[in-house]
Amino acid sequence: MIIGLDVGGTHTDVVLLDKDGLVRDIKVTTDEADLFHTVLSGIEQISRHIKPRAIERIVLSTTLTTNAIVQGNMPDIGMIVLSGPGIDPEAFRTHEHYYVVGGAIDHRGREITPVDFDCLKHVTKKLKDSGIRHVGVVGKFSARNPIHEQKVRDALKRSFRRVFLGHWVSGSLNFPRRIATTFLNASVYSTHKKFFKAVRATLEDRGLHIPIHILKADGGTMIFDASIKHPGQTILSGPAASVMGAIPFSDKTEEAIVLDIGGTTTDIGIIINQGPVLEPVGIELAGYKTLIRALKTYSVGLGGDSAVKVVDGRLEIGPERMGPAMAFGGPAPTTTDALRVLGKINDGDLEKAATGIKGLAEHLGISVTEMASQVYSTFCSEVLRYAQMLVDNINSKPFYTVREYWEGYTIKPNRILVLGGPAKSFADELQRISKIPTTVVPKWGVANAIGAAFARTTCEVTLFADTQRGILTAPEEDFFERIDSSFSREDAERKTLKLLKRKALGRGASRHDLETEILESSQFNMVRGFSAAGRNIRIKAQVKPGLIHGYEVISRRLMDETGL
Amino acid sequence: MLRAKRKTGLIFFPAFDWAIDPTHPEREERLLYTQDQAMEEGLFDIEGLVEFKSDLVSEKDVRRVHFCVPDVASVMTESHFISAGSAKRMGVAVVTGEVEKGFAIVRPPGHHAKRVVHGARGFCNVNIEAIMIEYLRTFHGIRRVAIVDTDCHHGDGSQDIYWHDPDTLFISMHQDGRTLYPGSGFPEEMGGPNAAGRTLNIPLPPGTSEEGFLYVLENVVLPVLDEFKPDIIINSAGQDNHYTDPLTDMNFSAQGYARLTELLKPDIAVLEGGYSIEGALPYVNIGIVLAMAGIDYSKVREPDYDPESIRQSEDISRRIRQVCDEVTDIWQRRYDITRERQEGKEYEERVNRIFYDTDGIYETQHETVRICRECAGALRIDSSSDRGNRIMAVHIPKNACEQCKTAGFRWYEQAEPSLYRKIYLQNRPDDEFVEKVP
Ligand SMILES: [Zn+2]
Ligand SMILES: [Zn+2]
Repeated sequence: MIIGLDVGGTHTDVVLLDKDGLVRDIKVTTDEADLFHTVLSGIEQISRHIKPRAIERIVLSTTLTTNAIVQGNMPDIGMIVLSGPGIDPEAFRTHEHYYVVGGAIDHRGREITPVDFDCLKHVTKKLKDSGIRHVGVVGKFSARNPIHEQKVRDALKRSFRRVFLGHWVSGSLNFPRRIATTFLNASVYSTHKKFFKAVRATLEDRGLHIPIHILKADGGTMIFDASIKHPGQTILSGPAASVMGAIPFSDKTEEAIVLDIGGTTTDIGIIINQGPVLEPVGIELAGYKTLIRALKTYSVGLGGDSAVKVVDGRLEIGPERMGPAMAFGGPAPTTTDALRVLGKINDGDLEKAATGIKGLAEHLGISVTEMASQVYSTFCSEVLRYAQMLVDNINSKPFYTVREYWEGYTIKPNRILVLGGPAKSFADELQRISKIPTTVVPKWGVANAIGAAFARTTCEVTLFADTQRGILTAPEEDFFERIDSSFSREDAERKTLKLLKRKALGRGASRHDLETEILESSQFNMVRGFSAAGRNIRIKAQVKPGLIHGYEVISRRLMDETGL
Repeated sequence: MLRAKRKTGLIFFPAFDWAIDPTHPEREERLLYTQDQAMEEGLFDIEGLVEFKSDLVSEKDVRRVHFCVPDVASVMTESHFISAGSAKRMGVAVVTGEVEKGFAIVRPPGHHAKRVVHGARGFCNVNIEAIMIEYLRTFHGIRRVAIVDTDCHHGDGSQDIYWHDPDTLFISMHQDGRTLYPGSGFPEEMGGPNAAGRTLNIPLPPGTSEEGFLYVLENVVLPVLDEFKPDIIINSAGQDNHYTDPLTDMNFSAQGYARLTELLKPDIAVLEGGYSIEGALPYVNIGIVLAMAGIDYSKVREPDYDPESIRQSEDISRRIRQVCDEVTDIWQRRYDITRERQEGKEYEERVNRIFYDTDGIYETQHETVRICRECAGALRIDSSSDRGNRIMAVHIPKNACEQCKTAGFRWYEQAEPSLYRKIYLQNRPDDEFVEKVP
């Protein structure tokens, strides 16, 4: 059996699945101040009367690291940055204890300037004097050659408890994002480790000796042990869980918009041929632009409980939430109240809902029912407008080759999948306005937790070969080899896939779920003085985000049960 | 956090799958390290720097500028359509106010492409700046344009296209033509009889360094721009003046290019040449982008940058001062020179012999321009190549007066069909292009 758990802002959804489908699902109230208790009570309630041995897999999606970052609730750490020529690294300062030390590597991974160890000594002393225990070290072009980061780490080893290196975070080039990501990894490390160690200890006490899978922003999982080096990857897993939860109900030939409509926000994502669309570089959170792989999602402040008001004769919904809907004792009218007035939901106090909507109707001089309909359709149009913005954003991606131009296909969504608490009430209107077939995902209220439960382990590998210099490297994997001039792109692709499989298994993947894909493969002839000097090869491959082997049976059952 | 003082658009089209041939300087690898550097610097994450998607030009856009022999499709590849389209997209973004400044980092380049195109010369097939400019003139009400060409090679293609146009100021600063391709670009090449002094050439001695380039900018280019009052300034931003460029002999640097850009304040920059693909381009391009956007560029330097070792000699400085004085004099006397050259003439003729070095084609042109005090003058080119293609091209300028329109139509009607493979008419006032195949 599989447990899937997704912590949301107000509720935490937990599901238990077996080969026959959904065994049970529950919701527990999220206590932001004590997520540990929230998660444990969720697991405890869902697994009550189940033999521990029957549980084979557990996947947790939490808001732990996201909250820590958004609230700035992070211990003080140190950052040491080695920059070469280019933009002044002062521009990328993360916080007070941020130091620039001499040392530079160029775009080919060649050393330009050696590390300034004298300066490093001073910085080390300053950091130690400030009581700092964790340090991030990031060099420009370390994704091409991490030697400086490694040398600095060796020099710091004795002075600090843990050192995080920039080249671990990604094989992609982007120095400022590498700095921000390493900063976040170092900053949330203690919180993350403490939390999951405690969860693991408690589960083991109860006889659950299985690795804990943690959901990442890219809709894939990694096991706890692997997450220690990369705790930042666990941010914003919530929207990813929603998209993964919709995948089983989209078709192989579809381009689908996923809408997870909640109380405060609506999360929007895109699925193409059952695969989620990823961010091209990495996700942004609380002003930190990172290299963290993530699904391309968009969160808008439009939920069932978003406040509705009339401003200058115009209806405005969200982004703030003043409390629950008036139907449930809240202070301001909401879309939920409109749904209640229109009879699309039957929970909550009709009279209170109507009072709220009436207040709006008076501003516009229309009837309460008309007002409620207007709120209802405005909400849906707004959600669709944001969805269209996301589609346009994906479609405006630049191309760098003639081939990409000719291939340059654009997304034209032909399905909308809705989930979240009030999903069912919105589907018809969304379909009417968008003229796109709209489906409510079975078990829409907990589909996100089902998505987490089914998510497979994902990862990415970037490989770089330079036959002129005779080097083959994947710094992120600590992989370095000498090659000769005959090394080809095919060799490089093979090597990349081999490294990728090894990495995925180490992060908790099952052998059945190694669906790999070459994302980028390019080869450039390097010419110096009118004759060929070598080849410059770049390969990037991933385990595609998707669902684990065997999910189809379970999701088909869910569809049958719901009569879809 | 980094923020652009001026919202700046970027289009990056490195054409990673296009080359003239595998070991040619204009090959796939050319912008690879620039892309690496731009990505590693996180350029596209800077607030106020907006990356635009490349676009295409249509054949019609090309025919507004060029007479392609025998037709557009034969002289252009997809890369040319995209590279010109990207320049055009950048231009539109700037004139419509989507962004304040724009830089098209694209290849293939275009500044050696002249009005008649039989093939490729100086790695260029079509003039991507001119295609952009004529598009903006047709659809966005732009009239007065200044092109400042800072490529190391003389921008002879742009010069040819705007030779007769008093509404286009073309200034080229480049390595002395006696020492470098294409061998032209001397001060006495100052434009046709209807636009004398609106073409300004500033040849610079080999070894010119930051000091020399900035001297030219401050003492000639900026004062001339001030007086000309263009609606927009285009920078043909070639980067082969760099001290590491393998094809040239100059001593310019990334810091120098950035400072030049900061002073010039171009509305739109378009990449031209630049073949030091590792030692220069990554740093020069970053420097130009930052300078355009108004972001600190003081730490953008080549790894081996040493201002002392590239400093120009006093002799070079003296020669630069001399040529600047000469060009300033031409500029100040431009109306007198125009008057003198128009005096008592109805037409002026010139013979141009053009070598397409990239494709190995020889062309001979007999050009006739109508002397006109009201417009750029109707233009007729009788062009034949050693490939046996002889064509007649008639150009009626955008703001043509009635007499020049009549003259143009008459040339087109009366061309002797048996002599030509094709007869073309570029009717800019009506934005029409017609051709007859005898
Ligand atoms: Zn050049
Ligand atoms: Zn005229």
